[in-house]
Amino acid sequence: MTATVVSAPTAPARSWWVQQSKTRRLLLMAVGAFVVVSVVRALSGEHALTSQFTVAQTLTATLPIMMCGLGGLMSERSGVVNIGLEGMMILGTWGAGFFGYHYGPWAALFGGALLGAIGGLLHALATVTFGVNHTVSGVALNLLAFGWARFLSGGLFKGRGSSGSETNSPGFNSNMGALRLPGLKDGGSIAKLEGHHWPVISDLAGVVRGLFGDLKVYELIAILLVPAIWYLVWRTRFGLRMRASGEKPSAPDSLGVNVYRTRFIAVGLSGAMAGIGGALLVLNNNGGYLEGQTNNKGYLGLAALIFGNWKPGGVVAGSALFGFFDQLQLTSAGSIRALYLLAAIAGAAGAVLAFRRTRKPLGAAALALLSIVMFVLFQTKFKMPDALVKTLPYFVTLVVLAVFSRRLRPPAAAGMPWRKGQTT
Amino acid sequence: MNRQKTFYAIAAPVTALVVALFVTSLALLAGGHNPLVAFQKMVHYAGSIDSLVVILNKSIPLFIAGLAVAVGFKMNLFNIGVEGQYRLAALVAAAAGARVHLPAPLHIAFIMLVAVTVGALWAGVAGVLNVTRNVNEVVSTIMLNGIALGIIGVLLGWKPVATLQGAFRSTRPLDKTAWMPTFNRLFGLNKSVTASYGFIVIAIIIGVIVHILFTRTRFGFDLKASGMNPGAARASGVNPKAMVMRTMLISGGLAGLIGMSIVLNQEHRFTQEFPQLLGFGGISVALVGRQKVGGMALAAMLFALISRVSQVLPEPPLFAPKEVGTIMQGTMILSAVIAYEVVRRRAEAAAVKHAAEITAAASVAVAA
Repeated sequence: MTATVVSAPTAPARSWWVQQSKTRRLLLMAVGAFVVVSVVRALSGEHALTSQFTVAQTLTATLPIMMCGLGGLMSERSGVVNIGLEGMMILGTWGAGFFGYHYGPWAALFGGALLGAIGGLLHALATVTFGVNHTVSGVALNLLAFGWARFLSGGLFKGRGSSGSETNSPGFNSNMGALRLPGLKDGGSIAKLEGHHWPVISDLAGVVRGLFGDLKVYELIAILLVPAIWYLVWRTRFGLRMRASGEKPSAPDSLGVNVYRTRFIAVGLSGAMAGIGGALLVLNNNGGYLEGQTNNKGYLGLAALIFGNWKPGGVVAGSALFGFFDQLQLTSAGSIRALYLLAAIAGAAGAVLAFRRTRKPLGAAALALLSIVMFVLFQTKFKMPDALVKTLPYFVTLVVLAVFSRRLRPPAAAGMPWRKGQTT
Repeated sequence: MNRQKTFYAIAAPVTALVVALFVTSLALLAGGHNPLVAFQKMVHYAGSIDSLVVILNKSIPLFIAGLAVAVGFKMNLFNIGVEGQYRLAALVAAAAGARVHLPAPLHIAFIMLVAVTVGALWAGVAGVLNVTRNVNEVVSTIMLNGIALGIIGVLLGWKPVATLQGAFRSTRPLDKTAWMPTFNRLFGLNKSVTASYGFIVIAIIIGVIVHILFTRTRFGFDLKASGMNPGAARASGVNPKAMVMRTMLISGGLAGLIGMSIVLNQEHRFTQEFPQLLGFGGISVALVGRQKVGGMALAAMLFALISRVSQVLPEPPLFAPKEVGTIMQGTMILSAVIAYEVVRRRAEAAAVKHAAEITAAASVAVAA
């Protein structure tokens, strides 16, 4: 209390900031970030950074990560740590490949969810019923899923269609239709707006075109699942029981709630979400299952969950961040050059903040040095090797977690062994 | 009581194996293959001297990977990054080893030292992030795996480190002074294509050292205490942050040695095609072997055995997919983990009951 009273007169600008509601602060920060990105795009002349293509690719890369993140949210909010998301996603890709090949794209979504849910229920069996360490079970599940996917492919994909093998499914027509808002076509008025490369306005046009120019039906479904999950977890009776099980299982237990069943449902749904994430990968790949397709996206989803502080909005933001860096290997090198400039500006700003707020000259100096290096890379148009571009999502994840991990509050009982009747 | 303990110790792995065999049989049956014929063929195939040597060779890196993972598991610190650590370490060690020219034992020692250092440093990044920034080590080590792969890609494309040799890029071959001796004469393998790797001696020595570390040192005790009851460990003077750091460094150092039997005994260089997934194999070994050195040695041999004998499945008269081996391994991991936990609970309950009986008997005696 005294701290705010003392600091209020010395920093009037901050006190206005502090008075704003949390939602408004986040909104303002998002708008500010968008303006900064837009200005960087305009300054660097690398217009690919916010082009329709980049945004559309980011969306495609984001959604599978986001589904895993939401799956992790279900599971961990109910008290079960879920390292097995990757394995559930692998099962989901396989299920989507199998059901899609036999029954079409809608069945692929369903099959992905089904196989993912089976993985989730196995995880629940090990952790909830038998009390196995959650991380151990999750890791074991990842190994199990890999083995089963390969075995099942050897038996059910190999020799079928033109491309069926123990690592590939035969493939199917994954076209489920798409939502195309009018006026966003190439050559339309919005596209012309994007072509002017004005700050903010052209970026906005690029984002709108990227998001709604050609939104696949399965992508729309994934997007709609975000509010659905939010509603389920924060506005329903089941959601309340689930969150209580994740914070203090003895409390719902003493009120007669079946914590085991709640957790089973939550972890099963978690697996279904990760499985749908896997199905999205298959559908994006023209209906082809591919071994190793998940490529650590389950873990990125987990990182997005941590980054997002176990909240749906945060998960979406984190997934978009990782999704953006994940698609850089596909889009032009220009975006990376613009990112050098962005990193240079962020480093300089960070250096000033670090020095003014915490009076740490060493940290400020390191950030300033980083800023200079990034600016040099920007000026010299340094071309990053492809192998390193592929590591960017992992690198960004590490940096982001290093910056944010200390302020987080995971569900209190997540990962703790708990047996029915136990009071602590 | 002691007999009961042995029973529990044996019951869990046997249950896991039975479950794995059962599930594998179901998978074979579903594919229209006779499981009995399959198992018979597999057992027969495992019996040859060639198979024996291959199984031992393959179990070396798996065993060391298991040790690397187990060090962390003991204190509930999950180093999933063994995969990246061993590959990066093997590449840097092979590249450095090709640059220097030393007499035989020194050359090998140098390469191993480089590998241990690189592995420990790479794992140390996750340690530092955990200790200073509270970053979950599971996520960070997985991200470091991805980054390690990228760095390996860059290094393999860099002239001073690797050149194009035949179809793929590889480091320059090592001098003969860095070739580990083999046991071929012992097995009568002089004319055979299969060599018996001498690195197994070093693997055994490492195993003994780790066993002593776990059971006879202060560090081993602190490790176990931190895993079983972090609060009590901290109260008794164990610095949790220092433990995380030390454990990560040791785990990474051990991980650095995983690729050594392949570098020193098999390939004598690091190629694009260097064996993968040994780190994840190590996780399986540590889980099935219960983080006990002897158990992990058996588990490593079991996994090597399964991957060897499943090679025979596609041959006539079976024509079964060799991927049967992978589900056998995968199923065994999860069932082993569950079986251990169930048995642990049973043993705990039995111990409580036993103690209650003794106290009851004692109070009766006192009352009388």
